[in-house]
Amino acid sequence: MKIFTVASALCLALVSHAAMAQQKLLPAQSEIVFVSKQMGVPVEGRFRKFDAQISFDPAKPETSKIAFTVDLASASLGIPEVDAELPKPVWFNVPKFPQASFSSSAVRRVAPGKVEVQGSLSIKGASQNLLVPVQLTQAGAVTTAAGSFTLKRLAFRIGDNEWADTSMVADDVQVRFKLALSGVGKL
Amino acid sequence: MSDASPEPRRYTATAMLLHWLSALLVAGLLALGWYMADLPLTPQRLKLYNWHKWAGVSVLALTLLRLLWRWTHRPPALPAELVVRTPAWQQRLAALTHVALYGLLLVVPLIGWAYSSAAGFSVVWFGVLPLPDLLPKDKALAELVKPWHAVAAFSLGALVVLHLAAALKHQFVDKDGLMRRMWPAGAARGAEVQPRP
Repeated sequence: MKIFTVASALCLALVSHAAMAQQKLLPAQSEIVFVSKQMGVPVEGRFRKFDAQISFDPAKPETSKIAFTVDLASASLGIPEVDAELPKPVWFNVPKFPQASFSSSAVRRVAPGKVEVQGSLSIKGASQNLLVPVQLTQAGAVTTAAGSFTLKRLAFRIGDNEWADTSMVADDVQVRFKLALSGVGKL
Repeated sequence: MSDASPEPRRYTATAMLLHWLSALLVAGLLALGWYMADLPLTPQRLKLYNWHKWAGVSVLALTLLRLLWRWTHRPPALPAELVVRTPAWQQRLAALTHVALYGLLLVVPLIGWAYSSAAGFSVVWFGVLPLPDLLPKDKALAELVKPWHAVAAFSLGALVVLHLAAALKHQFVDKDGLMRRMWPAGAARGAEVQPRP
């Protein structure tokens, strides 16, 4: 009998250890899309390369830590002549600021399957605080965290000088993300 | 009214307005389209492209309106004098040119709109009214469609030149006053077809 108790205790320890372990981002099933408005026309782009270090325990979301990086050189609107402009200093200035990053400061559960992530977003040498609502869903071993937020591009000087005119390109840029994670415990 | 004939001699004021507004827009669009195609990516280019799209969609709307108007308001027939005087092939060619002009006034904006959709830039009329995409966003498809906008626009330009040349020939070579049917100031001088001296 004793051996069973030990075994089950060991199992429990293993399970809870698994829940505490870092979760992994599955890039192929994830996406980050941004929508800017050019003279009233919504234009969709995406970042093709990004990575995250995520430690998320659904049982204790407030202990979570999320660090995110996006390779700005991977920004694409799917239009070669536009994509060639994006790394230039006036837009992302990729040679000087190759990555955008987000680091969480607080995570809060607001409803079952819903959390709010507070943190700091840094792009092009400027930082802004963000509050991002995230919807969590699970299918098999994959947990999907999806949400969207709006940022002011001029706060990061994305589209400088002649492009700063918000009647041409709106200040508001919507960012939509869908992040597939493995190793998240049951919601 | 001494003339009680139901046969209209001139186009209605509405038809004239729609015709000359379209003419102005088409001339501007052809020039703008030619100019803007190779501009570098600047806010100026973005502005011109959007103006071009707004004006192009306006031509499409005007043309639909014109066809509806034409359908409900009979345009003046060629005066009997000219029916006799004009070779049949010229009358057929004139009719064909008009059909082709109407056709291209619809087709050129539609291809432009389709190209814009495929390129990933939806058309938002005057920056206010979002129009549905005619094609899904697809780079290869966009490249396939793009040259046809130019081909159709050049054809339209050629037909406009032919149409204009024919009108001017009536006015200055034949001196038959036919152009007054569409000339807003024509009413003052009367719209009668001048008999040949």
